[in-house]
Amino acid sequence: MVRHVRPSTLGLGLLVLAGLTLMAACLEGMRSGPEVNPAMARQVAAWGLTDLALFTEARYTRHPSQADRHGPFQDHPGALEHFPTGALLAPPAHLRVVTEP
Amino acid sequence: MIPLARQRYLLDFTVASLLRRPGRNLSLLLVYTLVVFLLASAMLYSQALKQKAAALLQGAPEIVLQRLEAGRHALMPADYLERLGRLRGVTQVQGRLWGYYFDPAIGANYTVMVQESADQAAGDPATDAQATGDPGPGQAVIGVGIARVRGLAPGDVLSLRGYDGRPHAFDILRVLPKDTELTSADLMLIHRQDFRTLLGVPEGHFTDLVLSVRNPAEVTAVARKIAERLPDSRPILREDILRTYESVFDWREGLLLALLAGGVLAFLILAWDKATGLSAEERREIGILKAIGWETGTVLRMKLWEGGLISFSAFGIGYGLAHVHVFHAGAPLFAGVMRGWSVLQPSFTLTPQVDPLQLATLFLLSVVPYTLATLVPVWRAATVDPDSVMR
Repeated sequence: MVRHVRPSTLGLGLLVLAGLTLMAACLEGMRSGPEVNPAMARQVAAWGLTDLALFTEARYTRHPSQADRHGPFQDHPGALEHFPTGALLAPPAHLRVVTEP
Repeated sequence: MIPLARQRYLLDFTVASLLRRPGRNLSLLLVYTLVVFLLASAMLYSQALKQKAAALLQGAPEIVLQRLEAGRHALMPADYLERLGRLRGVTQVQGRLWGYYFDPAIGANYTVMVQESADQAAGDPATDAQATGDPGPGQAVIGVGIARVRGLAPGDVLSLRGYDGRPHAFDILRVLPKDTELTSADLMLIHRQDFRTLLGVPEGHFTDLVLSVRNPAEVTAVARKIAERLPDSRPILREDILRTYESVFDWREGLLLALLAGGVLAFLILAWDKATGLSAEERREIGILKAIGWETGTVLRMKLWEGGLISFSAFGIGYGLAHVHVFHAGAPLFAGVMRGWSVLQPSFTLTPQVDPLQLATLFLLSVVPYTLATLVPVWRAATVDPDSVMR
C-alpha cells in the first residue's frame, strides 16, 4: 500500500532544509572567526608590507595605500585610466562627502 | 482544534494550492533563491576580504614616510634620517628599498624588495646572508605567483634586464610558501646591492622610511611633528592603510550591488506583480473559502504561510549556496570582476564568517517585503462580499 504524504510534510521539509542550510552556514561562520595565517602575519610584520597582492597590474592598484593621490593619471596628464581595477577603486574621500556651501 | 494541528492543516492547504501551479511557483522560488544568492555572495565576499585585509594589515608599519617631489613620490635621501633626528616616542626609523619591475616576458609587474635582517643591514660581518636565510648577492626569493607563471623552482636561474640594459641573473634560493600568496604572490626579495644595480637606485637613497612608535596614541602627534620638520614628506599612518582597504572593498561591493541592481529590480517587479496582483482564479478561491465559512484572519494566515514558505526557503537556501560559493568554491562568479586584469593573481581562500547585522539586513530586504506584499491584496479580496468576488 502506498502511503500518502501530506502536502504540509513537503512544505515543512523545505522549511527545515532552508533552516538547516542557513544554520550550517552561520555555525561555520561563527566557529571560524576572523583568522590570520601566521606566516602571512609574520611577512607583514617583518618586511613592513603595507598592501595585499590582490591587484598586481599597476602600481596604484598593487599598493593603493601608498600610491600618489592621482595615481591613475601620473604617467601623463591626459592619460586615460585603462585598468578595470583602477576604475573600481573608490574615488577620493572629498568627492564622496557632501560639503557645506 | 489544537492550534498546532490547525496550522498544519492550513499548511496542507497552502502547499496543495502552490502545487496546483507548480511551474509558476517553482520558477518564482528559483529566481528568488538566485537573487538572494547573488546579493549574499557579493556581501559575503567583500566582507570577508575586508576582514582579511584588516586582520593582516594590523602588523603593517605604524608610519610610512614618503618624499614628494613635484607632487609625485620620489626617492628619500639617507640624510633625511638625520634631519628627522630623534623624535620623542619613536623607537625605530628604517629606510626601505622596494620598487617595481615590469617583466616583458610575461607582461607582469613584480614587487621587488630588499629583505635583510637587522644585523645584516647594520653591516655586521659575522652575520652573512646565508646564516639568516635572506637572499645574498645574485640570489632571489620569489613569491608563488612569479614561480608559477615563469615556471621556476629553487635552484633555477631567473634572468632580468636591468635599468641600464645589462642582464642580471638570479639564483632562486627559495619560493615563498603557497599559503602566503595573498601577501607575497608577486614579491621578489633580493640583496640590496642587486636592488640598486637592477633598478638604478643610487647609494644613499631609500624608497621610503618606516617608523615604529612606542605608544599608539602618539602616532598622529608624531606624524604632525614629521610634517613640520620635513615639509616635503608625506606620512602614511597604519590607520590610513586600513581605511584605504575598508573603502576599496566598500566601493567594490557597492559597484557589484549596483550591477546586480538591474536583476534585483526585475525580480522585485515580478515578485510584486505575483504578490499583489491576484488572478481571477485566486480571487474565486478566496471567495469560495469565505463562502464555506473561512474567516478573514484564516485566509490571511494561509497566505502568510504561502509568502513565508517561499521567501524563507529562498532566503535560507540562497544564503547557504552563497556561503558555499564564496568560502568553499572560491567565488568563481565574482573573481573576474573583483580581481582585475593582473597576470600574477594570488589564489587564496577566505575564512568563513557571519555578520549578524549583514544577515539581518539581507533578511529584512528579501523576506519581509515579499511576505507583506502577499498579504495586502488578499486582505482586500477577503474583506469583500464572497458573492461579488466569485462573480
